[in-house]
Amino acid sequence: MMMEFTTWDILRNLLLAARWTVLLSLVSFVGGAIVGLAVLFVRIGHRRWARRCAEGYVELFQGTPLLMQLFLAFFGLGLLGFDVPAWLAAGLALILWSAAFLAEIWRGCVEAIQRGQWEASASLGMGYLQQMRWVILPQALRIAVPPTVGFSMQVVKGTALTSIIGFVELSKAGTMVTNATFQPFTVYGLVALIYFVLCWPLSKSSQILERKLNAPHRHH
Amino acid sequence: MGYQFEFGWIVEYLPLIVSGIATTIQLIAVGAVAGILLGIACAWVRALGPVWLRPPVVAYVELIRNTPFLIQLFFIFFGLPSLGVQMSELQAANLAMIVNLGAYSCEIVRAGIQATPRGQFEAGASLAMSPFETFRHVVLIPALQRIWPALSSQVVIVMLGSAVVSQIAAEDLTFAANYIQSRNFRAFETYIVATILYLALSILLRQALRGVGLLLFPRRAP
Repeated sequence: MMMEFTTWDILRNLLLAARWTVLLSLVSFVGGAIVGLAVLFVRIGHRRWARRCAEGYVELFQGTPLLMQLFLAFFGLGLLGFDVPAWLAAGLALILWSAAFLAEIWRGCVEAIQRGQWEASASLGMGYLQQMRWVILPQALRIAVPPTVGFSMQVVKGTALTSIIGFVELSKAGTMVTNATFQPFTVYGLVALIYFVLCWPLSKSSQILERKLNAPHRHH
Repeated sequence: MGYQFEFGWIVEYLPLIVSGIATTIQLIAVGAVAGILLGIACAWVRALGPVWLRPPVVAYVELIRNTPFLIQLFFIFFGLPSLGVQMSELQAANLAMIVNLGAYSCEIVRAGIQATPRGQFEAGASLAMSPFETFRHVVLIPALQRIWPALSSQVVIVMLGSAVVSQIAAEDLTFAANYIQSRNFRAFETYIVATILYLALSILLRQALRGVGLLLFPRRAP
């Protein structure tokens, strides 16, 4: 039986699937932030070999395609002997991927804090964790907000790749709806529009925050 | 329970892997050159060009930057034929990469142009150069030099993103990996090898871009 699909039918199905895009983005971003913070602490810590490891971790995840990371998570978890649901592999790979990028973004912010702040807090007898908690991070946070918000948009776009390992989110729904309706132009146009609606507020607020928080350092 | 890793298949599939790498390199070479040129043109419009041209360029840049590359690729490959634009997989992949990098490099190059001291424009004008001549001969090269590291990172990101062109059956490195793992049933090992090759490609590409930077900008930044 042939069915006619109205544009509203298409849009409704895509919006239902977009919930999974949003959920996966949130999980990946929050998980990535937690792991990323741990990587950051190791990356700028005192142990040299641990620093090298964190550096290697970042290099590995920034230097390889996210798609390969998804494949490796999917098939690698499979090697452990259980049936891997796509959402698990997708979440794991995206968390590890986000962590690498966030750790690197935040490292730049922490390193922008003057050395004197470290020395002053050390002279007060603070340990590494205390220095981070009370002196460095509060200052670094201020410059870290805009690029972090900007990266959250990358996470949303990154979730599109999880369609390839079979997680049904917005992109996968787009392909499925296309196969049912034979209207790729409309469907992918709408998919792009939904992604735009999700991402644009993030990228715009990142820009606005950058302008606001950077006001004292602007030269023109 | 032990899983035996097995890499003997590499020898058998070497030609396929090599041709996949060649396609990936071709894609990023064309994408980088054309994409950066497109980005420079758009950056010129946004920073200095005619006002009426700016809204369409802004729309293009924002649309591309706020949607996933995968969807852009699908839209070009599956969506455009309904408008009568037919393309091969490789052409669609090339076009998608150019359009994608064009938008990102527009923003990067624009930042470089906007960091140009006002005096440079005035100096150009005082030599009776037209605004475009000033841009071409005075502003552009130092602007590119300023943002070359950022532009290089973006090119590497686009190269890594090109892994998804395998989804429209463009025969790049990922396509080769997909094909091989469907034959040897060694998915994990196959993707490990592909991942290592991508890592090597991204390191080499970064070095190559640094070399290009030294060639293009022999003098140190002012």
